[in-house]
Amino acid sequence: MLPLLRHARYVLSKNPVTGLAFALFALFLVAALFGPLLAPYNPLQSNSAMALRPPSAAHWFGTDQLGRDIFSRVLVATRLDLSIAFASVVLAFLLGALSGVAAGYFGGWTDRVVGRLADTIMAFPLFVLAMGIVAALGNKVTNIVIATAIINFPLYARVARAEANVRREAGFVEAARLSGNGEARVVLGHVLPNIMPIMMVQMSLTMGYAILNAAGLSFIGLGVRPPDAEWGIMVAEGANFIQSGEWWIALFPGAALMLAVFCFNLLGDGLRDLIDPRKRT
Amino acid sequence: MLKLLLSRLATAIPSIVGVVVVTFMLTRLLPGDPAAYFAGLAATPQAIAEIRTKLGLDKSLPEQFGTYIVDLLHGNLGNSLSTGQPVVAEIASRLPASAELTLVALIVAVAIAIPLGVLAAVKQGTWIDHFCRVVTTAGVSLPVFFTGLLFAYVFYYVLQFAPAPTGRLDVFLSPPADITGFYLIDSALTGNVETLWGSLRQLALPALSMAIFSLAPLARMTRGSMLAVLGSDFIRTARASGLASRTVIFTYAFRNAMLPVITTLGMVFSFLLGANVLVETVFAWPGIGLYAVNALITSDYAPVQGFVLTMAVLYVALNLLIDIAYGLVDPRVRLES
Amino acid sequence: MTAVPTLAVDDLSVEFRTRAGTVKVLERVGFQVDKGETVALVGESGSGKSVTAFAVMGILDPAGKVTSGRAMFGGADLLALSEAELAEQRGRELSMIFQNPRTALNPIRKVGRQIADVLVRHGGATRPDAPRLAVDMLKKVRIPDPERRAEAYPFELSGGMCQRIMIAIALACRPALLIADEPTTGLDVTTQAVIMDLIGELAHESGMATIFITHDLALAAEYCDRIVVMHAGHIVESAPAGTLFTMPRHPYSAKLLAATPGETASLGQLASIPGGLPDLRRPDLPACRYSSRCERRIDDCRRPLPQREVGPRHLVACWNPL
Repeated sequence: MLPLLRHARYVLSKNPVTGLAFALFALFLVAALFGPLLAPYNPLQSNSAMALRPPSAAHWFGTDQLGRDIFSRVLVATRLDLSIAFASVVLAFLLGALSGVAAGYFGGWTDRVVGRLADTIMAFPLFVLAMGIVAALGNKVTNIVIATAIINFPLYARVARAEANVRREAGFVEAARLSGNGEARVVLGHVLPNIMPIMMVQMSLTMGYAILNAAGLSFIGLGVRPPDAEWGIMVAEGANFIQSGEWWIALFPGAALMLAVFCFNLLGDGLRDLIDPRKRT
Repeated sequence: MLKLLLSRLATAIPSIVGVVVVTFMLTRLLPGDPAAYFAGLAATPQAIAEIRTKLGLDKSLPEQFGTYIVDLLHGNLGNSLSTGQPVVAEIASRLPASAELTLVALIVAVAIAIPLGVLAAVKQGTWIDHFCRVVTTAGVSLPVFFTGLLFAYVFYYVLQFAPAPTGRLDVFLSPPADITGFYLIDSALTGNVETLWGSLRQLALPALSMAIFSLAPLARMTRGSMLAVLGSDFIRTARASGLASRTVIFTYAFRNAMLPVITTLGMVFSFLLGANVLVETVFAWPGIGLYAVNALITSDYAPVQGFVLTMAVLYVALNLLIDIAYGLVDPRVRLES
Repeated sequence: MTAVPTLAVDDLSVEFRTRAGTVKVLERVGFQVDKGETVALVGESGSGKSVTAFAVMGILDPAGKVTSGRAMFGGADLLALSEAELAEQRGRELSMIFQNPRTALNPIRKVGRQIADVLVRHGGATRPDAPRLAVDMLKKVRIPDPERRAEAYPFELSGGMCQRIMIAIALACRPALLIADEPTTGLDVTTQAVIMDLIGELAHESGMATIFITHDLALAAEYCDRIVVMHAGHIVESAPAGTLFTMPRHPYSAKLLAATPGETASLGQLASIPGGLPDLRRPDLPACRYSSRCERRIDDCRRPLPQREVGPRHLVACWNPL
C-alpha cells in the first residue's frame, strides 16, 4: 500500500493539473454519493414565498421560480447526471470494446460488419442521432443512456479494434493460444484485459462528452422531466429568466456542468499521459 | 480528376443507404403503436386506424420500407400534425436560417482557431501557447447552450449591447427579398443596409456561441499539425537553404499543416450541426433545429424524422465536399487517382 | 603561406539536454576544409558527424546547445552569427543536402518551384525568370526532360532523382561549401556512384569545397581527398585518404578499415569492433572515449587527448598510436 501511495505522490507532484482533476473528481464523487444527505434543503420542496431570490447566506445559490433551493438541487443533481453519463459510458464500452476486439482479432466478416455499423452511426451528426433515438424509443432516462451509448460506440470500437489488431500476434497471445485456450477465451481472458488501461483513458475522456450530451438532450426536453433535479433541465428552466435578469437559476447548474466536464477531460488527459505519454498533444 | 470525384461519390453512397435505413428503423422502434404516434396524442381510435392504413403501417416491414423509399424519392416526408403542412416544405423554408447561422459560426471559428493554432505552434511555450491550450480545454468543456445563455445575459441584459435573443431580425425590420434565403447576402444584394446591419446584430451572439464551441478541436489540430510539420525533414531543408522565415512558416509549413485540419472539419461539422439545435433553442432562431425541438415537445413525430434525415443527408454531403476538397489540395491524392 | 581554409572548425563542443540528463555529444571537435577540397567525415552511427554539420549550419535541434568553439567561414564565426545573418549565408555561400531525399523535399510543392524559391531568395533572380533558371539547374544536374520534370512532385520521382533535385537546390547559388549528410544512403549502388560523380564534377567546376558525411569508409576513400574519423563526439584521426588506408595510426581507424568490405573480403573475414559507443550521459567519461574498447590502452590514456602530427596533414588524437 505504502509504495503505491508514494508512487501516487510522485506522479501528482509532476502533474499538478492531474492532481487538481483528481481532487475535483473526489468532490463530485462525494456529491454524487452523499448529495441528498448533505443538501441543506429538500430539493423538491417548493416555497412560493421565497421564489426568485438571489444568492444569500440562507440560500447560497439563490432560489428558483418555485422557491426551491438551487444549491440543494445542484448538489443532488450530481448523482443523476454522473450516473447517466457513467452508465452510458460503461454500456458504450461493453458494446464497443467487445465488438472492436472481435473485429480486430478475427478480422474478416466480423471486422466488416462492425466497421459498417460504426460507419453508419458516424454518418449522422451525433447529437442529432441521439435526438432521433430518444424520440423513437420514448422520452425516458434509460433511453438517454442507450442513445448516448450508441453514439459513443464507434469510438470505442475503433480504439479496441486497433489495439486488438496490434496484439493479435503478440507473444502473450500466442502463448495463450498454444496452451490450448479456445479463441473466445483468448479474446476475453487475455486480449481484453490487456487493453483495459487504454480503454480506461477512453472512458474518462468520453465521460465529459457523455455529460454534455445528456445535459443537451434534457435541455431540449428529452429524458429527465421536472421536477427532477438535473443540471440540463435546470439550465433550461433558468433560461426563461435570463432576459429578466435572474441569472443565478441558470448559472450555477451550468457552472456545475462545466466543472464536471472539465474535471473528466483533465482526468482523461492525465491518465493518458501516465499510460502512454507519446500520445500527448 | 473525374476519377477522384467519382471514387469519393462512391464512398458516400453506402453512407446515404445507411442513413435511410436507420431513419426508417427509428420509426419502427416507437414504443407502442407507431400509428398512434403519427396520429397524435388527441387522436381517437378511429383516427389512429385511418392513419394506420393511410401510412401503410399495417403492411409487412419490407413493403413499408419500399413505400418509404418511394416517398423519399418523391420528396414526401409526411405532414406535421400541428400545422398540417408537408414536412419537406417546412424544412425547406427553415433551412436557410440554420445554414446561415452554421456557416457564419464556422467562418468565425476558422478565423480565430487557425491563426491561434499557428501562433501557438510557432511561438511554443510562450503566453500565446498557454492561452491556446486554455481556450481549447475550456471550449471543449463549456456546454454550448450555457455559453449562449451567458452571452445573452452579459451582452443583452447587462451591457445592453446586443439585441434581444428573439430570432433573425428585430420585429421592426422586415426581411429582405428572398433571393438566397440568407439575410446577410440578400440584404447586401438589395442594398438594404438597415436590414444587413440588423441581421448581423442578431447573428452575432448565436454565431459566437457556436464558434467558441467548435474553436477548440480546430485550434488543437492546427497547433498539433503545425508542430509536427515544423519538426519535419523538409522544413529542415528549407531552413538549411536559408529561406526567409516567412516563407518557411507560411509557404512551406502552413500549407502542409492544413491538410489534417481539413480532415478535422468533418468532426467539427458533426459538433456544429448538433450545437445548432441547442443554440437555435436558446436564441429562438427559426431554423430546422428549433422546428425539431418544438415538434418533440408536441410529440409531433413526422417533423422529427424529417429533421434527422435532412441533417444526416446534409452531413454526408458536407463530408463528401471535404473529401473532395482534400483531394484537390493534396497533389498526392489528386494525381494518384 | 597557405590560403585561408574555406571552413575552419575549432574546439567545437555541443551538449544536448534530454530527459535522462545532459549529453556531451561533441567535445572539442576541430578540423579544416580548404578551397576545392573534398573532406569525408566518417564514423559509426551516433559518433556525432551529423551533429557537427547541424551545428555549423546553425540548424541544431532546440535541445542542443553549442557550449564552445568557433566555425570560421568567409571571415566570420558562424556560431556567433544571429539567425538572420545565418539565413543570409545558408543556401548562398554554404549549403547542405540530406539523406532520404524524398522526405527532405516539400511533398506538396513542385520541385521546380522549390529550386526557384532559393534562386529568388539568394540568387537575385526575379519571380518571372526563376522557373527558367530552375530548369537550367535541372539540366546541370543531368535530369532528363527537365522542363517536364520541373512540374513534378517529389513523390513522382525516384530517390536518385530527388537527390539530384536537392543538389540542384543546394548548388543553385554556387556556394563556397557544400555539406552532404549521407547523400547516398538508401540509394542503390549504381545510383550512388552516379550521385557521387555528379557532386564531384560540379564541385570541381566551381572550386567548391565539400564535406561528405558517411559511415561508408570505402565510399569516402574513393571520392574524397581527406578523411576525418570521428568516434563518440571526438575527432580521432584526420589524414589524406590514401594515407589513412595504408597507414592508419589510430586503433579505431584501423578497426574501421578492417570492418570495411573490400573487393576480396568475404563476410567471414570482416572484423567487428568490440564493445559499443560509451554512454554519453555519464558525467565520468574518460578523456579518450575509445579507451574502454581499446586493446592498446595505457595509463596515459586518462590524460586529455593530444593532437599529434604524425605525417603531412596527418593528425592523430592518441597516446599510443599504431
